[in-house]
Amino acid sequence: MDKKGRFGEYGGQFVSETLMSALLELEHAYDMITADPHFEQALREYQAEFAGRPTPLTFCANMSRELGCRIYLKREDLVHGGSHKLNNTLGQALLAQRMGKKRLIAETGAGQHGVATAIAGAALGLPVEVYMGEVDTKRQALNVFRMELMGAKVIPVKTGTRTLKDAINEALRDWVTHVEDTYYLIGSVVGPHPYPMMVRDFQSVIGCEAREQCKKKEGRVPDTIVACVGGGSNAIGIFYPFLSDTLELVGVEAGGRGIGTGEHSATLCAGEAGVLHGAFSYLLQDAHGQVLPTHSIAAGLDYPGVGPEHSMLKDARRVTYTTVNDQDVLDAFMFLSRTEGIIPALESAHAVAYVLKHADRFDKDDVVVINLSGRGDKDVAEVAALQGVT
Amino acid sequence: MSRIDRVFQRNGQTTFIGFAVAGDPDRDTSARVAHALIDGGTDILELGVPFSDPVADGKTIQKADERAIAAGTTPDTVFSLVREIRAYSAVPIVLLTYYNMVYRRGVERFYREAHEAGVDGILIADMPVEESAEVVEIARTYEIDPIFLVTRTTSPERMDEIVRRARGFLYLVSVLGVTGARDRVPDEALALLHRVRTHTALPLALGFGISAPEHVKTCAEAGADGVIVGSAIVSIVEKNAGNIPLMEQELKRYVARMKAAGVRDR
Ligand SMILES: Cc1ncc(COP(=O)(O)O)c(C=O)c1O
Repeated sequence: MDKKGRFGEYGGQFVSETLMSALLELEHAYDMITADPHFEQALREYQAEFAGRPTPLTFCANMSRELGCRIYLKREDLVHGGSHKLNNTLGQALLAQRMGKKRLIAETGAGQHGVATAIAGAALGLPVEVYMGEVDTKRQALNVFRMELMGAKVIPVKTGTRTLKDAINEALRDWVTHVEDTYYLIGSVVGPHPYPMMVRDFQSVIGCEAREQCKKKEGRVPDTIVACVGGGSNAIGIFYPFLSDTLELVGVEAGGRGIGTGEHSATLCAGEAGVLHGAFSYLLQDAHGQVLPTHSIAAGLDYPGVGPEHSMLKDARRVTYTTVNDQDVLDAFMFLSRTEGIIPALESAHAVAYVLKHADRFDKDDVVVINLSGRGDKDVAEVAALQGVT
Repeated sequence: MSRIDRVFQRNGQTTFIGFAVAGDPDRDTSARVAHALIDGGTDILELGVPFSDPVADGKTIQKADERAIAAGTTPDTVFSLVREIRAYSAVPIVLLTYYNMVYRRGVERFYREAHEAGVDGILIADMPVEESAEVVEIARTYEIDPIFLVTRTTSPERMDEIVRRARGFLYLVSVLGVTGARDRVPDEALALLHRVRTHTALPLALGFGISAPEHVKTCAEAGADGVIVGSAIVSIVEKNAGNIPLMEQELKRYVARMKAAGVRDR
């Protein structure tokens, strides 16, 4: 990071004046806990005893045979709650508790971050309110119920596109209104500084584990790591500890119905620099600066922004960003379920789809790690409906 | 001395700053809204540049932004409106916008075109003083007053930094929250007014939630130099969209009543 809160030219703190003191307070609190071994220890304990870390790095014998390379899955689908999101929410909820905050608020798209916040809130005794676009409350109804079971209140957002972007808008409006006692627990590496840095740090446990596990199993780091990119937290979480290694890093965005149709969420592949939700980063916007509606089969990727660190990594060409379309994703969802007995989240299926589509790029000794950011139980009903199964 | 400075120099009344969203519900009606606000006695006209994601705004202004965008409003529309209003009146015009609208056009181009159209001040709702260096410099080049927000949560150190860069007036946010009409002016708002007074001689205008003559009176008695009224005006526009002559009449009457409440008798 160069200037305060900047990744190259990206990042910053573009928020209304009321939130500045809260961000400064958060920066300060985060500095304190990063220097505090007790915090680290408390987090480690929750990760091991509650979240189920470390997660396995599973060798996929069937898929490897079929594709002709050595494929591993980093099994974030096995984290308690069903996705990588708990890595972040446990860290931030512990921080909120240290800061003496009385209430957690969060936004959610697929519902996975909302569920992970509900889990952390219940475990630490903090009340949780989750903003969720009305469209998403319908396509991820199971997750709404899961949040409610764990005592969280889900607030459907009926403004704008009624998806993740608008859920973040509403969460920001709530925060600005209750800034003194409320902690905004953001779910990805987006938003104003220090969120992108802090969420990346909490998610880096994925890459730290994967690096050790791969060295143990293969005696070296992988040749390629593939992760899906919505806001970018699971991707940066697995990439970050490998940034100074020699290997290929691939971030897969939601190509939706195809970049040419305009119905996608491929921020890095099709966007241009701008400011949304407090950070300067790539953004899907029109010629005048209005943020564009997005589409993805995966609610968790259906977002017009992206974390500022990814924007820097794209410009530096350290990470290759690309897309796969909805249909590729459905095929990958089916493929992994059938071949390995693992049902991936539709978000994670984007990373799987990339490897399936580009299998001919890999040699038989190439080691490819796919970040399986979540499990697909939440998507089963929607996929069944798309397949005409009722 | 800028046009905004001169307005605040006039004695005997609390400066009334009336806000409407440019292009709400469409460009031509919006021009008539602006003219009616001026005819009613608005001292400074504040125009919102509609944005898809106005996170500092409550429901009333969000919906106005949506209407304006649906009607095809762009920054070009806004500047053409400003030129039309400028031909009609010499009232200072302040734009309220979000950073992405400025960045996308190019900061320098946005300020140059604003200046050429006759804009006097610009407030960027999601640009804290920490991110404002480039913008403030360009604003100065084009003689546009950079307007900044100050809130209850602004620390004394940051307040000094804001005061150093701000020109025209300071926009004091009377509540923690988003824009929208509220029942009363909270005591914290008046406490903020007194606190900021110790930091600067700039005129201080209170906004967020001010909608009734009693609110103006409270602010005036507490020594505010101005009041900013947005959502209440936008609601009048929304309610009377089907009857524009009535809308104009209501707007004029409303501004006149609010102004009368701000007359200081000393
Ligand atoms: C399983 C899963 N993967 C990925 C994402 C996308 O988020 P990010 O890009 O921050 O990892 C989500 C978001 O909801 C998700 O639920």
